[in-house]
Amino acid sequence: MTDTDTMTAQPPASSPVLLQGRGLSMAFGPVEVLHAVDIDVNPGEVHAVLGENGAGKSTLLKLIGGFHAPTAGQIVMAGTPRTFRDSIEAEAAGIVMIHQELSLVPDLTVEENVFLGHEHHRFGFVDTRAQRRATRELLATLKTSIDVTRRVRQLSVSQAQMVEIAKAVSRDVRVLCMDEPTDVLTGRETEVLFELVRRLTADGVAILYVSHKLDEIKTIADRVTILRDGDKIGTFDITDLTPADMARRMVGRDVSDMYPERQSVPEDASVALSLEGVTVPGYAEDVTLSLRRGEVLGVAGLVGAGRTELFEGVIALRPKQGEVHKDGRAVHWRHPEDAKRDGVAYLTEDRKGKGLLLTKGLRENLTLAALERFARPFTDVRKERAALTDAVREFDVRVASLDVPAGALSGGNQQKLVLARLMLTEPDVVILDEPTRGIDVGTKRQIYFYVAELIAKGTAVVLISSELQELLGLAHRVVVMQDGTVTGIVTGDDINEETIMAYATGLRRDTISTPNRLEAGDGAR
Amino acid sequence: MARAEGAPRPVWREQLARVPWQQLTPLLGLVFLLVIGSMLHPAFLSQTNLFNVLTRSAFIGIIAVGGTFVIIAGGIDLSVGSMAAFLAGAMILLMNVLAGNDMAPLTIVLLGVGMVLVAGLLAGATNGLVITRGRIEAFIVTLGTLGIFRSLVTYLADGGTISLNFQVRAVYRPVFFDSFLGIPIPVWVFAIVAILVAILLHRTRFGRYVRAIGSNQEVARYASVRVERIRTLTYVIQGVCVAIAVILYVPRLGSASGSTGILWELEAIAAVIIGGTALKGGYGHIWGTVVGAIMLSLIGNVLNLTTAISEYLNGAVQGLIIIAAVFLQRGRSGR
Repeated sequence: MTDTDTMTAQPPASSPVLLQGRGLSMAFGPVEVLHAVDIDVNPGEVHAVLGENGAGKSTLLKLIGGFHAPTAGQIVMAGTPRTFRDSIEAEAAGIVMIHQELSLVPDLTVEENVFLGHEHHRFGFVDTRAQRRATRELLATLKTSIDVTRRVRQLSVSQAQMVEIAKAVSRDVRVLCMDEPTDVLTGRETEVLFELVRRLTADGVAILYVSHKLDEIKTIADRVTILRDGDKIGTFDITDLTPADMARRMVGRDVSDMYPERQSVPEDASVALSLEGVTVPGYAEDVTLSLRRGEVLGVAGLVGAGRTELFEGVIALRPKQGEVHKDGRAVHWRHPEDAKRDGVAYLTEDRKGKGLLLTKGLRENLTLAALERFARPFTDVRKERAALTDAVREFDVRVASLDVPAGALSGGNQQKLVLARLMLTEPDVVILDEPTRGIDVGTKRQIYFYVAELIAKGTAVVLISSELQELLGLAHRVVVMQDGTVTGIVTGDDINEETIMAYATGLRRDTISTPNRLEAGDGAR
Repeated sequence: MARAEGAPRPVWREQLARVPWQQLTPLLGLVFLLVIGSMLHPAFLSQTNLFNVLTRSAFIGIIAVGGTFVIIAGGIDLSVGSMAAFLAGAMILLMNVLAGNDMAPLTIVLLGVGMVLVAGLLAGATNGLVITRGRIEAFIVTLGTLGIFRSLVTYLADGGTISLNFQVRAVYRPVFFDSFLGIPIPVWVFAIVAILVAILLHRTRFGRYVRAIGSNQEVARYASVRVERIRTLTYVIQGVCVAIAVILYVPRLGSASGSTGILWELEAIAAVIIGGTALKGGYGHIWGTVVGAIMLSLIGNVLNLTTAISEYLNGAVQGLIIIAAVFLQRGRSGR
């Protein structure tokens, strides 16, 4: 197999190709993010688009979906060149996009959202009854039981994603573009999604599928187009590639060494943070655990297990009961600022909603949590700029200019920026909540190595993650939560997928009562 | 080659293209009004007339400067007009009571000024605390206090007018009517307040937090910013600014009634918005608000000088200018 482009221009009339992108280029201002990319999509195939963050995957999808007009090149559908002025025209042509950021209206009901802009009418009025029936049927085919009269605001993220998919399917769809659809889905929901994808492709629908999860792509895709820095590397049959091949082509080098070499926790490492009987009402109940300097404590569990809420409670972002000790001293934080002063920092899982001021500059975002160091009493912009230059270098934030707003960065670079902000507060306990969600392999690896640097310096790290590989690769111990309670703490060789999943799904459950027992697992692996 | 350092013509052109024209809209509007005014009447550009305009813009201007904080932080304060009336009424009553006690007029004025500053601070803090601690929409809370302050002043005045003691007024009068170094005192106060507040907004941690909160409150909270405290403080600043405006207003008429300061809240919000501050928060600047306030009072002045448009249409012209200002600036919101 070679890296040559398998796509050649085909005579339009006899083409079996459903959708073609020819020489698609896209520039935002002076920066070209996509360079003359060709792609062809056959009916009934799942065509994956792979690449690191910033490689141009989302841009490519947005060109095809009519959200941007390409600066060069054209889109050909069933042999006819098409120009979509907006996504509505693309939808009319059968190209429907499911967004990375959900595009549902929170205060409309499930049914109203599914039919938004395509309402069924009867005697001039919206036929709510017919819409509800149709929505229920749609959701039934997705094997999801959601009350169609509920407002989207009341749904969980994964439920909302299923509604989003139902909405796309309700249109007369010929090409369905999915951008990281499984990021917020649980394992079971992912299975349901894949079933649906197979059913759609059997009907001749083409799926354009963007994901970072290589094993997932191996399972579901027929062909894969790989992009790197806006260039097309090639289109390959999935049978010709292993996940490692894909990763190598994306990054342009070997990434077999994803995880740093494991360091054991020093014997005499002191306990940095401990929770005793911490309850976050409605989310986590009676959690007791402890964390030592130089240790990575993994926190596993299914979506909704209360992991995020537990640690948000610990740093006083939510009300909590129970005791927290920092360096052996009981602390009573009433505001995140108190936790920050005591050297505890939390990285949110919701980068866009809670992590970054997307319309503000990189500098403002970087210094927000440690502004007291840059303002005494007047903000010292020069010092801030110097800090930004340092952070961009240290965290390898790839950015064309330091003057762009944070929203212009790719997901991975945004995450590096948030991480840099966190470290500017000089914490010695770092709580990372899904630090690699939605970011590319190369950046993931950088973050893993950064975690290794942290613990080598004696920082204690809590790693909340839904990616078991990550926990397997980094954690000294793994706390598993299910439905708000800790069902088990696994160490050593027990840190494997079966054991963690058994605890996460509630198949196994240890009786955990005394803190002593927890500290016994000293994480020396 | 004798070329100015780094400034050949293409660079100059490039710099011209890089001027943030949208941000300068308020200033261009101001220049436009000045040109129109000077064409209408030769006396328009006279020092007397311009100082007159500036003096009159000081009340709304100072209130609007405080409102800029509230709005940038994503809030709104509808109660400022009523608050001004209430503070004016309370101040006059207090000074009258003190005058009955045979105190020196100057002492009375100083006590009145001190009292009104504290009262303004407390009124602002009340708005802020109810909004942040009570978790109630700012619009609702300040709509409520708008009614409360308005009826309190009517009650204090017993439905009529509260007039300041004659002797006290004689001492207090110069605060509005006198000049210092040739510039009217209200203009000095307006300028000093605007500069201090601009420094607070653009050069301090507090100002940065205000903008961060208006941009995305959750992000600020997760970055360990004390969101509720900062938001409360924006209303406190607003209250103090209202008090300062009242200190200038009372010597002007020497009275307060139930109709004092009616619709000032809308003029203040208009000045903030004309000045380019985003109503949804996160972005804005004080100089824009200052220009906005001056523009509003210039419109009335220009209409007075012409017979082409009745001065009764002042409100209509202001309304058009507000809509036009936001229309010209709308490109930025897509950023």
